[in-house]
Amino acid sequence: MTELISKLSLYFEYPFVRYALIVGVLIALCSSLLGVTLVLKRFSFIGDGLSHVAFGALAIATALKLTNDMPLMLIITTVCAVLLLRTGQNAKIKGDAAVAMISVGALAVGYLIMNVFSASSNLTGDVCSTLFGSTSILTLNRTQVQMCAVLSVIVVIIFVLFYNKIFAVTFDEDFAKATGIRADAYNLMIAIVIAVIIVVAMNLVGSLLISALVIFPSLSAMRLFKSFRSVTVCSAVLSVVCALFGILVSIIAGTPVGATIVCVDIVVFFVFLLLGRCRGGAKA
Amino acid sequence: MAQLICENVSLGYDGREIVGDLNFHIDEGDYLCIVGENGSGKSTLMKTLLGLMAPLRGRVSYGGTLKSTDIGYLPQQTQVQRDFPASVWEIVLSGCQNRSGMRPFYSREQKRTARENIEKMGLSELSKRCYRELSGGQQQRVLLARAMCAAGRVLLLDEPVSGLDPKVTEEMYRIIYDLNKKDGMTVIMISHDVSAAVKYADKILHIGKSVFFGSTADYLKSDTGRVFTDVKGSDAP
Repeated sequence: MTELISKLSLYFEYPFVRYALIVGVLIALCSSLLGVTLVLKRFSFIGDGLSHVAFGALAIATALKLTNDMPLMLIITTVCAVLLLRTGQNAKIKGDAAVAMISVGALAVGYLIMNVFSASSNLTGDVCSTLFGSTSILTLNRTQVQMCAVLSVIVVIIFVLFYNKIFAVTFDEDFAKATGIRADAYNLMIAIVIAVIIVVAMNLVGSLLISALVIFPSLSAMRLFKSFRSVTVCSAVLSVVCALFGILVSIIAGTPVGATIVCVDIVVFFVFLLLGRCRGGAKA
Repeated sequence: MAQLICENVSLGYDGREIVGDLNFHIDEGDYLCIVGENGSGKSTLMKTLLGLMAPLRGRVSYGGTLKSTDIGYLPQQTQVQRDFPASVWEIVLSGCQNRSGMRPFYSREQKRTARENIEKMGLSELSKRCYRELSGGQQQRVLLARAMCAAGRVLLLDEPVSGLDPKVTEEMYRIIYDLNKKDGMTVIMISHDVSAAVKYADKILHIGKSVFFGSTADYLKSDTGRVFTDVKGSDAP
């Protein structure tokens, strides 16, 4: 045990490990907040699709040799989020088909661009780390850390300020519209916030695993808690704890950060599922 | 005074007309029941009245000083709501949202309104409970309390008793009747239970193959009405 602690404290002397921890916690916090809304509005697909779009955007940024890739990713992902939401409403092409189309398309185009324009000698490694975020959390530079921190704080502030409106729109969109709430505007806001979360979270877990970070904590919390507020608080706490634990394990054991965090989330989910069964009994 | 006016309204999906040329108006304090066969466009009409859908042709307008924030709505339950983790209190309070404007949190007054409506619906004991664990009738009362929070003057109800057992159904009709008569709330209700409609409502709008709009007494005498009612029209209880 003392060996572990001394090993950890040795690691914490390095600034990049401290950055990783701070950013990890912030990202975990903001990604869990909208999880409930996403799950209940059947938007989980959109989150998944957007993460692929973010991958495509990253490929473009790499090809253009941008030093800071986040602004471009933010713009492209946000635009796609808005488009996906619109198609979901008008439904000439059904919502989930549109999502599938855009997400797979973005994945293919992204990989192609990376392949054709990449100057890097280790292409497979690059692709793998953008998809699974294997080591990227430890290679963040100062600007990226600052951007992540600022965006996360903005997301949390927006969520707190609009908490009641998000609840009203999530629970019953028709009612909200009928009684004079601008539900479309809030849906748009939710989509944009999701896009921001995904771009930020890509640094932590890579584009393929983001949905897990968004959905698992909320699903776990929903097993045990019964009000929107308690589910939200619980999923935020769970997400932060799992991320912390996952990052520490990955540092000590040398496992990939993203996958480790998601595995911790999965274990917690099953624990909560069991607890829910035990407590609920008859309630399936 | 007319609160809602429909002029030459035609309804339908994708350009296909379901109901054509509806003309009617709803006055303050009315209790209107919209009846008709399944698929005759009752829910579509209600969505149009609420401004959720545009009519194919014609015009729906709010008369006098009625605004969309004066309207409460009891929709049919959606699948999302059946497994939504939310307490009764959170749901009823969310009905007050339309008066919040840009304010992020609920005022003390909004919380009081929510509490009053919870009491009025007899839900005080349940206010901390989870919505999805309640019985059908209780859930419906929660949604009615929420609609009351949003409603200043008009209440629109889409099949408020569907799926409820006879005793709870009777209770629900009673509550709605009282809201209309005691609180002066204008009630517009969709129902496929014609016998209850003629028992409680002052006015009937029948849509379908034939269209009727008028007082309940006239409806019972009309050809449209006689086909669908074999019950004797009793006056309101």
